[in-house]
Amino acid sequence: MSLSNRSVVVSKKEMSWSERLYLPAILGGMAITIKHLFKRKPTIKYPEEVREIAPVYRGQHVLKRDEAGAERCTACGLCAVACPAEAITMESAERKKGEENLYREEKYARIYEINMLRCIFCGLCEEACPKEAIFLTDRIVPSSFTRGAEVYGKDKLVETLEQPVDVSARQRPEVLEFKQDKKHNHNQTHLDKKAVRRSGH
Amino acid sequence: MAKVTIDGITIDVPDGTTILNAARMIGGEIVPPAMCYYSKLKTSGGYCRTCIVKVTKGSEKDPRPMPKPVASCRTTVMDGMEVQNITSPDLLEARAGVVEFLLLNHPLDCPVCDQAGECHLQDLAYNNGKAETRYAFPRREFERRDIGNNVQLHMNRCILCYRCVKVADQLTDGRVHGVINRGEVAEISTYIDNVIENEMSGNVIDVCPVGALTDKTFRFKSRVWYTKPVDAHRDCDKCCGKVRLWYKGEEVLRVTARKDQYGEVEDWICNTCRFDKKETSQWTIEGPSKISRDSVISANHYESLQSLRKATKEQLANALPHGEKVQAGQGALNPNNQKQ
Repeated sequence: MSLSNRSVVVSKKEMSWSERLYLPAILGGMAITIKHLFKRKPTIKYPEEVREIAPVYRGQHVLKRDEAGAERCTACGLCAVACPAEAITMESAERKKGEENLYREEKYARIYEINMLRCIFCGLCEEACPKEAIFLTDRIVPSSFTRGAEVYGKDKLVETLEQPVDVSARQRPEVLEFKQDKKHNHNQTHLDKKAVRRSGH
Repeated sequence: MAKVTIDGITIDVPDGTTILNAARMIGGEIVPPAMCYYSKLKTSGGYCRTCIVKVTKGSEKDPRPMPKPVASCRTTVMDGMEVQNITSPDLLEARAGVVEFLLLNHPLDCPVCDQAGECHLQDLAYNNGKAETRYAFPRREFERRDIGNNVQLHMNRCILCYRCVKVADQLTDGRVHGVINRGEVAEISTYIDNVIENEMSGNVIDVCPVGALTDKTFRFKSRVWYTKPVDAHRDCDKCCGKVRLWYKGEEVLRVTARKDQYGEVEDWICNTCRFDKKETSQWTIEGPSKISRDSVISANHYESLQSLRKATKEQLANALPHGEKVQAGQGALNPNNQKQ
């Protein structure tokens, strides 16, 4: 008895002579294949060729440095608590005297790891960050042969001084304008702070 | 006995009760926030002004309203008194002003501060403050200072609530901890690097409503919401030995006293329990601590579905009689709410 009324009884009737020859079927298949040779290819040759993506595409993360080259991240953990995939872990350490040029705040992330296999690239970490330290960029996370290689540490996440990652396209004009205002603590580098201290207060 | 009405809820309280304590007897959302008042410390309160309320009727005999908002932690109830807290928009505006003043010199370094997540000033600012500051002058700055081996003082963050001074005064002998200078330059001091060596001195960490006095053994170890609080006890000859252990994985990162719903400790603990006993084997574990669902500490800790269902049911039951007044989450966990 059929429940769905959609079952079909398989018929195994004997093939005719032309069918047994298989030639028409083979020719039909070849015709489809050859027709596709003249169509536009939907694939591209990545990485030589790159698809066009939006300027706010959410790809691989970057941990930004400030203008003086100090790491902005202070390991506050808000990105990790915002992360719906629980992809971010970190461990903090205290900045020592003389490391002001390396880290902005008295606390910094000694270890900062994002598991790219867990990450869903939603951008909530970027939204949660109070220090403008983490941004998603338009870079695509490359594949790798092991799972361990997909856990990105600070070596891959922190931007290098030689090749800073430009994220200005991801920020609203008002934010970019605000960041020029050196009156705010948020925008001061350790050099600015030193200058302020020398000038009186 | 005196009959007092707070936000339309009437209660009989003994003579001499403060408005704040009468409100706490009622419970729920109408309890004014308090930054300096601490029920376990004598003569505390009266400094921060966050607990201000509007007295619309002085008493049965003298029904005139009080001309200005009064500090509810220092004002005792009169028979027939009528008080407005959250029902008065003027008062909420005034409280927002108080919060603005408390935050005037606060560095707002929450991403760095170890107190973030259990900071009363954070809660207060979120619930009662405004999103922006109008203050454009440099905030006062101090060097951070060690008070003994285990306590660190960040004077930048201090709101001068005097709770730690009261602890030093009332729990320890030979007080070496006080407030020097006045007004804008006032600061918590230990009279020039006199360390606190008393066994109960670690309690200043627990009473500090902000991150001014923090545990040095916990410094930058973890954010509060990544640690898991567990109630435990041990036989201690100096204190009650009832504590809360804060675990990260298998490791005890921090030991604090147990705190009630107003953030006050249930019982003081000694420095040995607080700083030296950080092994699970040294404690008898009672079970996970009850943390309010609204607290960030409960983030990423999943409770059983059963207890969630129960909390939702309670919340619905509480929300219905009040109409829109009850905000999501608040009040539902307070057993006193049943009385209303």
